[in-house]
Amino acid sequence: MSDAAKAEYWKANIRLVIGCLVVWFIVSYGCGILLAEQLNSIRLGGYQLGFWFAQQGSIYTFVVLIFFYAWRMNQLDRKFNVFEE
Amino acid sequence: MSLQLMTYLVVGATFALYIFIAIKSRAATTGEFYVAGKGVPPVLNGMATGADWMSAASFISMAGLIAFKGYDASVYLMGWTGGYCLLAMLLAPYLRKYGKFTVPEFIGDRYYSHTARVVAVICLITASLTYVIGQMKGIGVAFSRFLEVDFSVGLVAGMVIVFIYAVLGGMKGVTYTQIAQYCVLIFAYTVPAVFISLQLTGNPLPQIGLGSTMADGSNMYLLDKLDKILVDLGFAAYTVQKGTTINMFLLTLSLMIGTAGLPHVIIRFFTVPTVKDARSSVGWALVFIAILYTTAPAVGAMARLNLMNTIQIGPVGSPEGNIRIKDVPSWFTNWEKTGLLKHEDKNGDGRIQYYGPSKEFAVKAASFGWKGNEMIKVDRDIMVLANPEIAKLPNWVIALVAAGGIAAALSTAAGLLLAISSSISHDLLKGIFAPNITDKTELMASRIAMAGSILVAGYLGLNPPGFAAQVVALAFGLAASSIFPALMMGIFSKRANNAGAILGMLAGLGSTLVYIFWYKGWFFIKGTEMLANTPDNWLFGISPEAFGAVGALINFVVALTVSNMTAPPPEHIQHLVEDIRVPGTGRQ
Repeated sequence: MSDAAKAEYWKANIRLVIGCLVVWFIVSYGCGILLAEQLNSIRLGGYQLGFWFAQQGSIYTFVVLIFFYAWRMNQLDRKFNVFEE
Repeated sequence: MSLQLMTYLVVGATFALYIFIAIKSRAATTGEFYVAGKGVPPVLNGMATGADWMSAASFISMAGLIAFKGYDASVYLMGWTGGYCLLAMLLAPYLRKYGKFTVPEFIGDRYYSHTARVVAVICLITASLTYVIGQMKGIGVAFSRFLEVDFSVGLVAGMVIVFIYAVLGGMKGVTYTQIAQYCVLIFAYTVPAVFISLQLTGNPLPQIGLGSTMADGSNMYLLDKLDKILVDLGFAAYTVQKGTTINMFLLTLSLMIGTAGLPHVIIRFFTVPTVKDARSSVGWALVFIAILYTTAPAVGAMARLNLMNTIQIGPVGSPEGNIRIKDVPSWFTNWEKTGLLKHEDKNGDGRIQYYGPSKEFAVKAASFGWKGNEMIKVDRDIMVLANPEIAKLPNWVIALVAAGGIAAALSTAAGLLLAISSSISHDLLKGIFAPNITDKTELMASRIAMAGSILVAGYLGLNPPGFAAQVVALAFGLAASSIFPALMMGIFSKRANNAGAILGMLAGLGSTLVYIFWYKGWFFIKGTEMLANTPDNWLFGISPEAFGAVGALINFVVALTVSNMTAPPPEHIQHLVEDIRVPGTGRQ
């Protein structure tokens, strides 16, 4: 891998990480803590929405985020020819 | 069959399984002892990580914590799971690419400094030792409550089991027993939860049951009913925030960063074959952890509801509304014997009144002739331990909870002991004091270090020092303020150098320790606190447990400032950083 390709690969990785961590922040610190009180006026069945994000929703989102990250990184690895069999 | 015999059978069967696995997976090389030969498939490693991570506290105490703190306990749920996102995206794949055996080894190599490595070893041992004492206590408690043996006998039995598989098999033995232990603990946790959710809401999935209507015909949502019952009795509503927002925010952040920086978790991802596997394996780990962590809020809320309904059997204030002492269910008397529950008939009416501290309600209570809250002790652990009895589940479920609690404690203890012993034999001995020893000698040294660590942990479990209770503050605070920033900068900054990293770690560590000691006493010695540990005294309302995130920030700022003022790292280190950022082809 050339130095230029390495730099480009790293930049793409950083962009993806930042995108994922923005979502990570919004679901937990945003919906679960800072906005929880406002969201609690919305109901999800018996759950108040802010409470649901804090005790259920953020955890589900974390799981999805990690697999999304792993999937996109595999695509990136293939594109840059560093995919491990 | 009696409950005790059943418990012995179930716990004995799980122990036989662990020993069988130990004999099957002995380690022959240091590579097998430290990282299981880097051959663990990602899904199985995820399962092992689940058991490694979920401790006696997760299994026994967390649901109780949620039951009594309600919404405010969300910090633990989010904090102890959100850290895995940081691990997956910021640390695990790159450290796996580096391909060595321990966390201090990476820090020492990346910052070309024995000093940095030693600082990392000290943080690792302090954090892991604090953590492992709690596990040893957990094993002793589970034994003494369920098998009615002495606390110390239970603890020694646990030590012997860990000794067999950890000394023989190292990481290889630990990994395969952790997989078995995960299966035991998750089964033991979810079975009672499913039954209770079914009884209360008619829905077998606790995660859905918690958001459903009650099956008692009232057609009220479970959480609304719980809120109402609590408020009617002078407690704070369950779903409402009680602490300050800034403290919730920083505590969650500290727990997340700390989770990602705990060495015993990080090294689990050194055992998978490739960088790609390291990424997906963190995802699998969180799947297996989330099964318990999304069930726990339901267990907490439902157990709290059951407890309230057991005591308050009728309308608040009516003479017939409170249960008569001679009518209390048998689980109540059973658990009073252990000291986890305690009541006192303060107004001498032969009934129990259990109510909260609200001032308005105190006036009402007085008008009912109540003379104070009569449940003078309700230990939060009871919420999981007595849960099967409260829900009238069969004996085998109770036996299973005992085996599950022991599995959770053993698996976490083994992972921590491995992190401690490998940092002694690999970082201190092979890395610094005796670099010329052969692989065979190092393997022997690592077994001796493991045996020694087990003895020290066992001794401290029997004679817990003052710091043993400070797992959240000390273990997570240290990992967050020292280890996580050093690792992250080592990967994401080519400019971070030895002086910056060492000063950064010392500044993060120092500020966090001083802040903790300020409110909890120097080295946790009672009477040496500079200020009482109350919210009014905290700096900007930040509790000592929540300071790790601030310590991490101090670490980052100091390290980057010093690095930019001093010479950049040598060229080969910059190449090393470039190299770990890109996956290699094939196995390393």
